[in-house]
Formats: sequence, structure tokens, C-alpha cells
Amino acid sequence: MKNILRNPLALSGSIIITIILFMALLAPILAPYDPNFIDIESILVAPSSLHFMGTDGLGRDVFSRMLYGARISLLVGFVAVGIATAIGIVLGSIAGFYRGWVDSVIMRLVDIMLSIPSFFLILAVIAFLTPSIWNIMIVIGLTSWMGVTRLVRAEFFSLRQREYVLAAQTMGSNDITIIAKHLLPNSLTPIIVSSVLGIASAVLVESGLSFLGLGVQAPTASWGNILTDGKEYIQFAWWLSLYPGLAILLTVLGYNLLGEGLRDVMDPKNNN
Amino acid sequence: MFKYLIKRILWMIPMLIGISLISFFIMHLAPGDVTSNEASFNPKASEESRQKLRELYNLDKPVIVQYGLWLKRIIKLDFGNSFSSHQRPVLWEEKDKNGNVSKGLIQESLPITLLINLLGIFIIFSISIVLGTLSAIRQNSWVDRSITLFVFIGFAIPGFWLALLLMYWTGVANQWLPISGLHSPGYLELDAFSQFIDLLKHLILPVFVSSLSGLAGISLYVRNGMLEVLHQDFITTARSKGLVEKRVIFIHALKNAVLPLITIIGLSIPGLIGGSVIAESIFAIPGMGKLFYDSVLMRDFPVIMGILTIGSVLTLFGNLLADLGYAWADPRVRKGIVR
Repeated sequence: MKNILRNPLALSGSIIITIILFMALLAPILAPYDPNFIDIESILVAPSSLHFMGTDGLGRDVFSRMLYGARISLLVGFVAVGIATAIGIVLGSIAGFYRGWVDSVIMRLVDIMLSIPSFFLILAVIAFLTPSIWNIMIVIGLTSWMGVTRLVRAEFFSLRQREYVLAAQTMGSNDITIIAKHLLPNSLTPIIVSSVLGIASAVLVESGLSFLGLGVQAPTASWGNILTDGKEYIQFAWWLSLYPGLAILLTVLGYNLLGEGLRDVMDPKNNN
Repeated sequence: MFKYLIKRILWMIPMLIGISLISFFIMHLAPGDVTSNEASFNPKASEESRQKLRELYNLDKPVIVQYGLWLKRIIKLDFGNSFSSHQRPVLWEEKDKNGNVSKGLIQESLPITLLINLLGIFIIFSISIVLGTLSAIRQNSWVDRSITLFVFIGFAIPGFWLALLLMYWTGVANQWLPISGLHSPGYLELDAFSQFIDLLKHLILPVFVSSLSGLAGISLYVRNGMLEVLHQDFITTARSKGLVEKRVIFIHALKNAVLPLITIIGLSIPGLIGGSVIAESIFAIPGMGKLFYDSVLMRDFPVIMGILTIGSVLTLFGNLLADLGYAWADPRVRKGIVR
């Protein structure tokens, strides 16, 4: 923990993420207006003391919508990466522990999934389902588990022959105990790093989908769909484009900094 | 080398079957039946076209049979016809009874997407090799730090937001560059050279937007590769032979640091193709990405399935080319010492 705070990348990343997390959690307290309140008297009002970030095409307060949008981004990031990491750990453990044909089958599945352009895959699935926040989290999760799978498998390959693992096996521990008690805890570092970086890309994908109108649906605010409005009114209302984009940029930057920082901190080579 | 080539090509067959299975599986995700009302919001999907869809995918037969029949048509490169777009063929041009040729949707849009992505790859590599090398030979200097900052921002910036900002800045506020489509009005009356310049102007923004994150990633990759190579024994040898530092870096080190990039090109293809959806729909470029987006909005299933399959096949071929390129460029692999 001390090391994390001493690493400039990890520190700045955690500060950014903490601020955004607090804004999302405290959205009902911080938001000056109801994010979905339509005020036809104040359409496309420029930022002022009344409306800190201006209003959108329906007169809704952009700052309030940004705060609620933060909830969506964080939720999608966590749940999608949670799904991907869970799948990756299960498949990667099986492939890395049992090897042989099971490993070949799982790795070929990884290769196949990696050769389908993932944004196409996500859009195609959305086309056949209906766009909703839950579907999006599931779809992003189901199309981004390949990296974790490879990682866990590679870790297991190098850990499998260690003496303590062989000892546990000789003492008659069953496979699940060995995986859960001995192998996984020792592979946690790369899993955590890749999950943190994964959240960053999930946030980007969600905002892209919402921007295209295939993600979080109106009236629920998300940074992506505020930007859709921004595109519509780009000639008259710069504030609709500027703030949500900055928020996405900062969030993704925060997770990337944190992930890279954690990688440095947790790499034993850097601790001497 | 020849044996490797054959092995590598045969290897694609199970991959293609896997891809077709996944594409097919996706089509069956739709609640109930792909023809049900719930799945097709598309008002243009009339009862007639639903019937067509049922026939096209043999929806009254068991799933295994459906897959077999679909695969058989795909192998013959028959992707059917679009539901919208005047029912044009999905992949390649067809002649109707009166001899009128209607062009295939993918046939028309794929070259545009390829052009944008090839230009993008070219720019990514020429710039990132320079940035990465600079960063590595001046490690921890202000040059290195600003390049690293650029890398982090390039990774984090949402492409569509960057596109919006650039559109506003270069198109709305200043009118330096066209912000939509591929050609200006009156394009056909221009002479060949002006046509070329016009096209180029239209391509600047989309190419820039679709290559920025790749640029960031590959600069970082070159930097790290270069740092690693610079610490190897043969570089010390080259230096102690008394070679000029420039020669050491640009001839001996760079060659080794850049070699793995050939594989990276292959790996970056799915990202580039997928990323073209956003760049092309924002800048209204009639490429495959925009076609895909439009088809998703219209729930034009034959086009969606067609692009999904063609996009994956392109990725596979890209990877094949990259692997062969690597095998050709690396003497260790070429002479069969490694692998």
C-alpha cells in the first residue's frame, strides 16, 4: 500500500478515480437539479452560475446529468470487467492446470474470439438483442475475457512445477484446492493489473456505444449519450461536447495510470 | 519455410469454422426467432421480407441443418441480399434479368475502409518509430516524458470525442477541412489532380482519428523494445568496435527493435477494422464501418452477418501476412533455426 502511494502513476490514478467515485456515489446530494427534469424555458443555456455546465437541448442541467452519468460509466466498467475476469480465471485455470487437449480447445477458442473484430461483435450482438445497460455490460464482458484467460494460463504454467504445488499434490489435496489456495493467489498481481486496464477500455466501449445510440438509452444519462446531443448542437453548444468527453478522458486516464502504476509497484524487479 | 507456409494456411481452416460457428450462434441470440417483431424494430421488415429471412436461413429446419446450409452458402461466398438498400447483394455485384448490374454493398464499401486503414497503418508506423526511438535514446529526458504523456492521453481519449472536437475546430470554427463524406460537391467536374487533393482533404480527419490510439500504443512499444535492445551484448560490441553512435542506433538497434512490429500490425487489424465504425459514422464516410452501423440500426441481418464474417476473414489473412512477413524478415525463422 505504501508503495502504491509512492508511485506517481498509481497515486495520480487513484486520486482521479477516487474523485470520480465520490461524485458518482454522492450524485443525489451534489446534483443541483433532477438530471431528467426538462425545462423548456432554459434550452441550450451556456454555462453560468445557475447551470454550472450549461443545459442541453431539452433544458436539462448538464452538470447533474454528468454526475449521474458517472454512475453508469463506473457500473458498466466494474460489472463488464467482473464478468470478463470471472470467465478468464475459470477458463485460464482449467487450461493452465490440466493442459493437454482441454488447453488446446480453450486456446483455440481464444484465438477465434480474438480474430473477430470485437467492436463488430459487440454491435452485432446488440443488434440481435435490445440495447440496455444490462445487455451492454454482459456483451462487453463476454467479448473481453481472452486476455485474462491467456494471462492466468501463462501464470499457471510457470507455477505448476513449483515445489509447494507438487507438495500439495503429493499430500492429496484435490485440484480445486490447489488452484484456489496455491495457484490463484500467486497469480493475482497480473490479474489485478489487467482488470484495472480492462475497466478503462470498458468505459471507452460503453461511451462509444452510447454515443452511437446503441448503448444506454435516453432518458438515462450517460457521458456517451450526452455527447450524442453534443454532436447534434455542435455549432451552438460547445459545452455539450466538451465536458462529457473530458470526463471520459479523465476516467480512462485514471484507470490506465493506476493499472500501469500497479504493474510497476507489484513487479518484484522494481523493488530493489 | 514452405512447410511453415502450408501449415499456417491449413491452420486457418479450423479458425474459419470456429468464426462461422460464433457468427451463427449470435444470430440465434435473438429472443424467439430472428423474424419475430421483438427482434426487428425495422419498420421496413415487412411480412414478405420476414418470409424471405425464414427461407434464407431455413428457420423451419433443425439448428444443425440450418448451420450446415448457411455454411454451404458462405463457402460459395453467397451472403444473400440486403433487406434495405433496395435489396442489393451483400457481397458482390449481381446481374438481374434485364442485365442491370447492382453492385455489392461490401464490394463498394470495403476498399474505402481498407484505404483509410492502410493509410492509418502507414502513418502509425512512420511516426511511432520516430517517437519511440527518440523516447528511448533520450530516456527520462523531457522529450521522453512528453512522449509518454502523449501516449497516455492518446490511449485515453475517446475517438468520437476527438472527432467532434476536430470537426468543430477545423470545420465549423475555421472551415479548413471538409468534415463529412469523401468528395466535395462538384467533384466530378474537377481534373484528376484536384480530385486527388479533394479526396486527400476529406481523408485527413478520419485517418487521424482512427490512428491516434494505435500511434500511442506502438510508440510505447517501440520505446520499450528499443530500450531492451540497447542493453544487449551486440550493441556493446558494436559500440566498443568504435562505431558511430548514430550507426549503432539506427542500423543495429532499430532493426531489431522494429522487427516485432510486423506481428503487431497483424494483431492491430481487428481493432482498426472495428474502430472504423465510429470514425466512418461520424465523418459520414461510406465505408464498411458505416455500412455495419447502418445495418445494425436497420437490423439488416444478411449485411450484419456478411460484414462480421468478412471482417474476421480479413483479420485472419492480415495475421497470416504478418506471420509470413515476420518469417521472411527474421533470418532465424527464415532459415528454420527457430520454429
